[in-house]
Amino acid sequence: MIEEGHGELLSACTADEIREWNRKYKARGLIDKTATAREAVDRFVKDGAYLAIGGFGHVRISMPMIYEIVRQKVKHLRVSGHTAVHDLDVLIAGDCVDAVDVAYSFAFETRGLSKNGRRAVESGRVKCVEWTNGALSWRIKAAAMGLPFLPARNMLGSDTFNFSAAKTMVCPFTGQKLAALPALMPDVSIIHVHYADRYGNCLVRGTTVKDDDLAKASKRVIVTAERIVPDSFFRDAPERTTIPYFCVDAVIEAPWGSHPCNMPYEYYFDNEHLKDYLKAGANEKDLHAYLDRWVYSVKDFEEYLDLVGIKKLYELRRLEELR
Amino acid sequence: MTDYTPIQMMAAVASHQLEDGVIVGVGTGLPMIAGLLAQKTHAPNLIIFFESGCMAPQVPRLPLSVGDSRCVHRAVAATGLAGIMETGQRGMIDYAFLGGAEVDMYGNINSTVLGDHDSPKVRLPGSGGANDFGSLSWRTIIIARHEKDKLPERVNFITTPGYIDGPGSREEAGLPPGTGPYRVITNLALMGFDEDTCRMKLISLHPGVTLEQVIENTGFDLIIPEEIETSTPPTDEDLLRLKEIDPDGIIIGK
Repeated sequence: MIEEGHGELLSACTADEIREWNRKYKARGLIDKTATAREAVDRFVKDGAYLAIGGFGHVRISMPMIYEIVRQKVKHLRVSGHTAVHDLDVLIAGDCVDAVDVAYSFAFETRGLSKNGRRAVESGRVKCVEWTNGALSWRIKAAAMGLPFLPARNMLGSDTFNFSAAKTMVCPFTGQKLAALPALMPDVSIIHVHYADRYGNCLVRGTTVKDDDLAKASKRVIVTAERIVPDSFFRDAPERTTIPYFCVDAVIEAPWGSHPCNMPYEYYFDNEHLKDYLKAGANEKDLHAYLDRWVYSVKDFEEYLDLVGIKKLYELRRLEELR
Repeated sequence: MTDYTPIQMMAAVASHQLEDGVIVGVGTGLPMIAGLLAQKTHAPNLIIFFESGCMAPQVPRLPLSVGDSRCVHRAVAATGLAGIMETGQRGMIDYAFLGGAEVDMYGNINSTVLGDHDSPKVRLPGSGGANDFGSLSWRTIIIARHEKDKLPERVNFITTPGYIDGPGSREEAGLPPGTGPYRVITNLALMGFDEDTCRMKLISLHPGVTLEQVIENTGFDLIIPEEIETSTPPTDEDLLRLKEIDPDGIIIGK
């Protein structure tokens, strides 16, 4: 007997839809895709879109894009919460989010729960469908593979399953009961990387988390990069390519682009900034004052970095280098 | 006599559960501390996995996230969520080390919600990698606070399945056979699970804790063995190492 979770499938796709999208809309050619965050949001992040963010919630996340989404007041996003932390929280603060596929969300790990995130869910403003980090990665992997689902052995026997949109299935070879995880093809992904060339080839250092698959699975992929490098950086050593250019739709130069979060090998968390942010989350008034200062009253991420100050940024680099 | 706090006691007892040379998937918070402590004391060859993709790192300072750069420091491989959970799915992860807001008598863990799911009293973070680790690892070690409402007969929401409804339930659900909760460590006691009933069973009381105290603070009928041991408290070395791991008391100071 097939069991099914009764959570809503926030983003559905068939294997043929994946193929057709990639045939029709993904450019094959070597095109200069450099853009600004403002242009990328304008072109690719529409009201009601299903959004996935690369990195690990407060590690290697694309803050220029997240701030720009808030600044442009994009609404009704559905977000993949495969460990969503500061990324999702800022979007919720900006009232951009209606629903979350939750694996880990509304909290900041060792820093504790987020009052802003909790308030959004507990008041019914943000709806939750339950998954796990493994499940969301495999859902993304299924779409990356061009398959409608993947079988797995997690989720079973739990309320996480009951409040998800997964089903059970029987292995046609062995009769083994398995979880069937539907493919997840986000409308748009934003991924912060260490190196990118203007065509969209990317290198991610450290853990990829799921971003290699995410880039293959998503309809549109926006990359922000610490450094823009010539394409010879990849052509001379193709093993460096974490994400090949034809997955990518826009490339944005964004040094310090994960601030106030961690960027492995580059800079550590701005702990003071995050502490202030979480404190501001205690009530809507302080939260809006925070957004006014750091998002609405600056034109772009460069102006934001001016506000942070070079002294602080150097300090975060030393912290990362364990100096 | 060595002076220590309940958190230091929990970290030490938790670390003692891990043998040298095994692979352990470690969740955020106190499990991280316990894994690092084991590595610095009796289990120098302990292989730590963090769900973000880190395999066998040499963690230089306390990470603030299971995905931050300190978790990948001098690792043998940097993969991703799928890389870690697939390694678990093929039976390579020996222990999972998890925390939770509620743990029940079958070792089911809730880290998702208090109250109704759709209009919650308290929204918690959700599974993260806990459900994956708890489903796929051979043995799951759980750290929880010992209070009546944190150890209820039945958790409000099964985020991560323990023995679910008792013997045979995990297998019936389709979970890999031979897996399940192994130890529960609280601020009062160390517990395991009865082989026949799959119910939580007392193993040892922490020094200075009475049986009555444990019974009073447990929300279900805990199985009490005839012989109750006393948990091994942290040694001076344990305390010194804990100080090295978390010098600012970010977790140990809580």
